[in-house]
Amino acid sequence: MENILLEARNITKRFPGVVALSNVSLSVVRGEIHGLCGENGAGKSTLIKILSGIYPHGTYEGTILFQGKEFAPAGVRDAENLGISTIFQELTLFRKLTVAENLFVGNWPQRNGVVDWKTLQTETKKVLTEIGLDIDPRIRVEDLGIGHQQLIEISKAIRKKSQLLILDEPTSALSENEIETLFAILRQMKQRGVTCIYISHKLEEILRISDTITVLRDGQCIATKNASTLSHAELIYMMVGRELKDIFPRVKQTREEPVLQIENWTVFQNSTRLRKLVDNVRLAVHRGEILGMAGLMGAGRTELAESLFGLHQGLCSGVMKVEGRLVSFRRPSEAIREGLTYLPEDRKRHGLVLQMKVSENITLASLKLIFRLLINRKTEEDSAARSIERFRIKTPGQRTIVNNLSGGNQQKVVIGKWLLTKPKVLILDEVTRGVDVGAKYEIYKIINELVQNGVAVVMISSELPELIGICNRIVVMHEGRLKGEFVGDQVSQEQIMACAMSRD
Amino acid sequence: MVASRSRRRDIRSYTMILALLVIWLVMFILTKGTFVTPRNLSNLFVQMSIVGVLATGMVLIIISGNIDLSVGSLLGMLGGFAAILQVAYHLDTVTTLLLTLLLGVVVGVIQGSIISYLRVPAFIVTLGGLLAFRGVLLAVTNGRTISPVNESFRIIGQEYLPKMPGLILACAIAALLLVLELIRLQKNHRADESGNARSIVPFGKALLFPAVVIAFTLVMNNYKGVPIPVIIMLGTIAVFSFIANRSVFGRSIYAIGGNKDAAVYSGIRVNPIIFGIFILQGALCAVGGAILTARLNAGTVSAGQNLELDVIAAAVIGGASLAGGVGTVPGAMLGALVMASLNNGLSILDVESFWQYILKGIILVAAVYIDVINTDKK
Repeated sequence: MENILLEARNITKRFPGVVALSNVSLSVVRGEIHGLCGENGAGKSTLIKILSGIYPHGTYEGTILFQGKEFAPAGVRDAENLGISTIFQELTLFRKLTVAENLFVGNWPQRNGVVDWKTLQTETKKVLTEIGLDIDPRIRVEDLGIGHQQLIEISKAIRKKSQLLILDEPTSALSENEIETLFAILRQMKQRGVTCIYISHKLEEILRISDTITVLRDGQCIATKNASTLSHAELIYMMVGRELKDIFPRVKQTREEPVLQIENWTVFQNSTRLRKLVDNVRLAVHRGEILGMAGLMGAGRTELAESLFGLHQGLCSGVMKVEGRLVSFRRPSEAIREGLTYLPEDRKRHGLVLQMKVSENITLASLKLIFRLLINRKTEEDSAARSIERFRIKTPGQRTIVNNLSGGNQQKVVIGKWLLTKPKVLILDEVTRGVDVGAKYEIYKIINELVQNGVAVVMISSELPELIGICNRIVVMHEGRLKGEFVGDQVSQEQIMACAMSRD
Repeated sequence: MVASRSRRRDIRSYTMILALLVIWLVMFILTKGTFVTPRNLSNLFVQMSIVGVLATGMVLIIISGNIDLSVGSLLGMLGGFAAILQVAYHLDTVTTLLLTLLLGVVVGVIQGSIISYLRVPAFIVTLGGLLAFRGVLLAVTNGRTISPVNESFRIIGQEYLPKMPGLILACAIAALLLVLELIRLQKNHRADESGNARSIVPFGKALLFPAVVIAFTLVMNNYKGVPIPVIIMLGTIAVFSFIANRSVFGRSIYAIGGNKDAAVYSGIRVNPIIFGIFILQGALCAVGGAILTARLNAGTVSAGQNLELDVIAAAVIGGASLAGGVGTVPGAMLGALVMASLNNGLSILDVESFWQYILKGIILVAAVYIDVINTDKK
């Protein structure tokens, strides 16, 4: 049909150990704004990477037709040349270059091999005016706010006369006004016949701007429906509703005295103190409990955890008490000493020194605690051996380089590292992300063991079944604020999702 | 896939040892045997001692992800300082050494704090140091050579360990090494289930080091004895090897260089450690400067010029990566020995000095290239 710009049929993409997309089909009509939603890990990013050429033809199964012809790009350049432009969350602008230089990057107007600056400026001004952006082409990109930077990124795609524009979470860093500007631009482009795929967590936005919406869940396409026929609740149900296939070991959790308390806790984005990442949070974590923390990406959960750990030094305000004592951590080593530990979200970047051995990583956070000045080989070997046994870390030996372990086992090494510090409060940030089912179960068992021994565990997670299955209390964060609190096994996924996305 | 630090180190060590043996063989043939005479070997090790001393500290700096371009100028400045103290102020050797060491530490404190606390990149700070310290040296010496130094001071650079005591010491060290190795093997053997075919090789290795120690001493004694600068170098190797492998400080350095974020998240305090490394480097430059001044019997204006390049090359040839997180002290020694052997051999052959530069450059690039290939293969 002439009307269908892009048709993807039976797309399947596998990674070692996991199927990211399973038989997904997508049909995008020319000139429409097609919304794509799903939870974290549903497969949206993977699908987009296939469409944008990052996963080139041959790395996935299925066929894609673009403008009626087979779409088989060898890379991003190919996809772009065919008319598909993708705007990712991480911008690809050159911060030290000007708007004009960025807009025409790689395609600067030339005269005899020399850049024709005059034409560059006038052409840029033309493009910007067409879109309705009043920005001086001579400004350096880094001097623009993030919102404008995103709009410049979009202008790049428009300049290239792309047929299909794919936007991945475009409003995550935008203010209200900037979002309106973006929507106006999108509608304008629609009038000019440009098609758009719009990916977002923010349901109100997707419902507002899209003509059609496709929902992905667990790598499968659940449904594609006309946006005007969908309600908020229906959308949530499609995104989230699934049978609880995983089994979650649950232990009786007692709620004893609070071991960590924060009040009026605010974290600013930077020293200008204009934007708050965490807004006036009041929270108490008790000995022997697993406190779940739900929320969308960007809700502020990680920032909250990092700030408690001493990482956003100078940008926090509020009161923090550990075991009733007033504390203020200027750096992680101080937090560790008081018994507060944080297992970072990105275990490769923040949790492990990949070139070091398993044993060296396990003792990394306890060097001062156990050894003081000199490292006793025997003690290190024993500690490592005990951790490997306790957490059933699958490794050829403790001297194996940790980079060679699987994701799940790497995660266990990180857990082992932190537990060696004998924490009172353990904050886990997406601890089972990228971990296979078997290892997940073992991690849950470890967590249960900990709380039975009196440790307080805070579990930040985007996997709602996990939170419901294990935690005895779940709090929900939304745009930096604590939005709701639920009792663990008496709440449904829809309730949590609704709270995480609400704007009241 | 990231190759294991120890696997890479092993391959690199074997390659470098092989390269060393090849160079020695070639030199032996070309110089008709002069190269391996005790006299020449003694000179060889003395010639490498200053680079060796400085390389032990440089390796730690490189592992931490930084660089120090000022070592040559600092060494020259401190050496000149030591000369002035003796010639102009008639201070005795011990006082001179202490004051020189103190100055080295002070400079280390200054550079270290600018780098870690003021967050100016190490490349820039030490580049500034390279220029500034040379300038200070020119200023305080008025452009003149300062000499002669105390007789007792000269011992540091020119004298040798008396032969008998030297041999006894060597035997004692050899025995100690043997005992330690045997204990370690016992422990591993117990933990290791399969071990029959393997047990021969480790025993061979255990005998290797003590044998080398005794052989080395015997060769040195064949000339005049073990040179004092070499003893100093071996001492710094031992100390810094120990620091790198067995101290919390050393482990933290590897962590910071390997993944700074992970180190911070694990509660390692980066600033004091970087600060500390540069202080150590300052002290080492003092030691090196003293050795050089003692050898030349003078503080010269050009002392240590371009030395930083040799020191960095030694560390890198020995396995350190400028990206940080990798490198060993013994490796740096090997690198220094490779380059010193080259220098020494070419001198004997009376080859024009520009060949030394060209060959050093080639070996440096070749050594890192070998490393790159090995990493890619895994």
